[in-house]
Amino acid sequence: MHITKPAARWRMAGVGILATTALLLAGCSAGPAESDGPVTIEFFNFTAGADHEAQLQRIVDAFEDENPNITVKVQNAPYEDYFTSLKTRIAGNTAPDTFELNYENFVSFASSGALLDLETAAPDAIDKSVYFPKAYDAFNFDGVQLGLPESFSVVVLIYNKDLFDAAGLDYPTADWTWADEKAAAEKLTNAGAGVFGEYQPVQFFEFYKSLAQSGGEFFNDDMTKATFNSEAGIAAAHHLVDKVGNTMPNEAQMGGIGDDVLFQQGKIAMWHNGIWQFNNLLDIPSKWDVVVEPGNTQHASHFFANAGVASASTKHPVESAKWLQYLASSDLTVDIRLNEDWELPAVADKALLEPYLSITPPENRQAVFDSLDSVVVPPVIERQQELQDIVTLYLQKAVLGELSVEDALNQAVQEVNALL
Amino acid sequence: MVGDRGWKKVGLVALFLLPALIPLLVFRIFPMLASLWVSMTKWNLLRPPEYLGIENYVEVLTDAKFHKALLNTLYYMVGYLPLVLVGAIAIAVLLNSKLKGATFFRGIYFLPVVTSWVVVALLWKWLLSPQGGMVNYVLGLVGIDGPGWWTDPNWAMPSIIIASVWKDLGFNMLILLAGLQSIPDHLYEAATIDGATRWEKLRYVTLPLLTPSILFAMILAMIGAFQVFDQVWVMTEGGPAGATTVVMEQVVKNAFKYGLMGEASAMSWVLFAIILLFTVFQLRFQKRWVHYGD
Repeated sequence: MHITKPAARWRMAGVGILATTALLLAGCSAGPAESDGPVTIEFFNFTAGADHEAQLQRIVDAFEDENPNITVKVQNAPYEDYFTSLKTRIAGNTAPDTFELNYENFVSFASSGALLDLETAAPDAIDKSVYFPKAYDAFNFDGVQLGLPESFSVVVLIYNKDLFDAAGLDYPTADWTWADEKAAAEKLTNAGAGVFGEYQPVQFFEFYKSLAQSGGEFFNDDMTKATFNSEAGIAAAHHLVDKVGNTMPNEAQMGGIGDDVLFQQGKIAMWHNGIWQFNNLLDIPSKWDVVVEPGNTQHASHFFANAGVASASTKHPVESAKWLQYLASSDLTVDIRLNEDWELPAVADKALLEPYLSITPPENRQAVFDSLDSVVVPPVIERQQELQDIVTLYLQKAVLGELSVEDALNQAVQEVNALL
Repeated sequence: MVGDRGWKKVGLVALFLLPALIPLLVFRIFPMLASLWVSMTKWNLLRPPEYLGIENYVEVLTDAKFHKALLNTLYYMVGYLPLVLVGAIAIAVLLNSKLKGATFFRGIYFLPVVTSWVVVALLWKWLLSPQGGMVNYVLGLVGIDGPGWWTDPNWAMPSIIIASVWKDLGFNMLILLAGLQSIPDHLYEAATIDGATRWEKLRYVTLPLLTPSILFAMILAMIGAFQVFDQVWVMTEGGPAGATTVVMEQVVKNAFKYGLMGEASAMSWVLFAIILLFTVFQLRFQKRWVHYGD
């Protein structure tokens, strides 16, 4: 999951400053170059970060070689600052030609009319057949294709083999249910020694997935009411909340140390986390592997996706679409993403993904693709960030014992309904 | 009447003021006025603003989350103000004496002030960590089972208060130290001749004459307390489960996380009004306790 902690430097009471400054600056900036002749398009992104800037640059260089009249100007921002900066630029009419959106934020941008209809603007530049259909359709809003799936990631159960061996337990399998996980977690926990059976964050994303694993629905069919306080919802919330302080460390027991560090130190046996963690686990002393996450009444796995999108106001829609298509699905991109572990390309051709499977650890990398058989995308509304914060807040109240699980869900449903 | 030469002078002065005035207008005054307008609109930055009138203000004033944030901010202030002021007075009086090394200690106490809030907040997060934190370790040595500090809803705000007092002591000490040094020596001499003890000198000479500095420090500290944000954001992000949510944190979340620029601006103006009210109140009642030596 992305860690969102916006930079802590906003002391001013007048919050209009940023936005209004942008408005002022907008008046001074020059318009983009004309389309006949060399074209420069901007690409604003958060996924390259510090780790993958070089890889992105290689993709840009290759694209520019193939399209000598197009120059791509890359601008990076860390995730926590990215959306503020992006929105400010859109408000100031200086939106970058192309940029990235994660699935959770896609709807608020799409419904505001900020995004370019790619299939209409540049039908020849887009080839939808190369994409994994679920990922492609995720960025279709009201029948209009507003984004190309750039990458995706899923969450799996990462487990420490050494701890299982020491406890004399069998490794988790794809057939495991919550009950199996719980039984193993109880045997693996030794709180006195600071070792816990599992770690699963108690927040919105884990909840919507656990809800789906119990066969529940987050919203009713026409998205007019939240329904996650159903029996399935209560089961899902108990599943998460009841672990805390028992088979999973609570905040005080963690004392400010991250779950990633605890897993790396061999203090957590089963860890619900994303495939983006694999690279951080290459050098840890313990042996580890992954498996599809246990389900309750059914399997369900997270699906996180990022899209490349173009601004509705870009002066170069065709060039922008060309770049996005290249960025999302060119052979070079696929190759770089798979071999250098930079999330997964959302391509349909499974044969292209073969090289990824041969990389170990983890031995059972196949679980990443097996997870795709039962992926569920997060429920998304226009006021998404508020929705996520409300659900997480009430789950935490239940963890702290301020509210019963049932009351917490009922109150969360009420607040979420007010957002719809 | 301003003659020709007078006007020339005004023009010259204006010319010299301009470099300071332009940034002030562009980056302070104009944005403030603009936020007043934004506060009367619905604006998520992505769509053009939509005029709402006073709806955002009604929303903010009746919003339970804002009430909670305001109460928490007051809780913070009630804990923070007395500690930081009394602490700063004590240190200032101590360091005002002609002790050896007083300058050195003044520097030490001022160090946290020039340290970034992010660093200080992380430092205190570690010191107050329930797992292997220094504070609980020391408490454990004397047989006290330390609380969960920032992980415990009841102790999270006190944790933030402790960190804030530690960081701001030096600044307040500096203001009060300046006040102490402006108290003329002859008053102490007179008091000595009248047979006043050290305590009586503190009570009847130092403190009364320090009151203008105390008032100044108090108003600044109060405004700062209403705007408390950095330490909350780094130490708890308003948690656990909303136990430390404060007004500025709500403003920032509304504006930059939820895209509710209108509500965030309205909240800022409500906070501005509250701060103004408190400040006017303090200035009004200063006559009762502030002595300006003549």
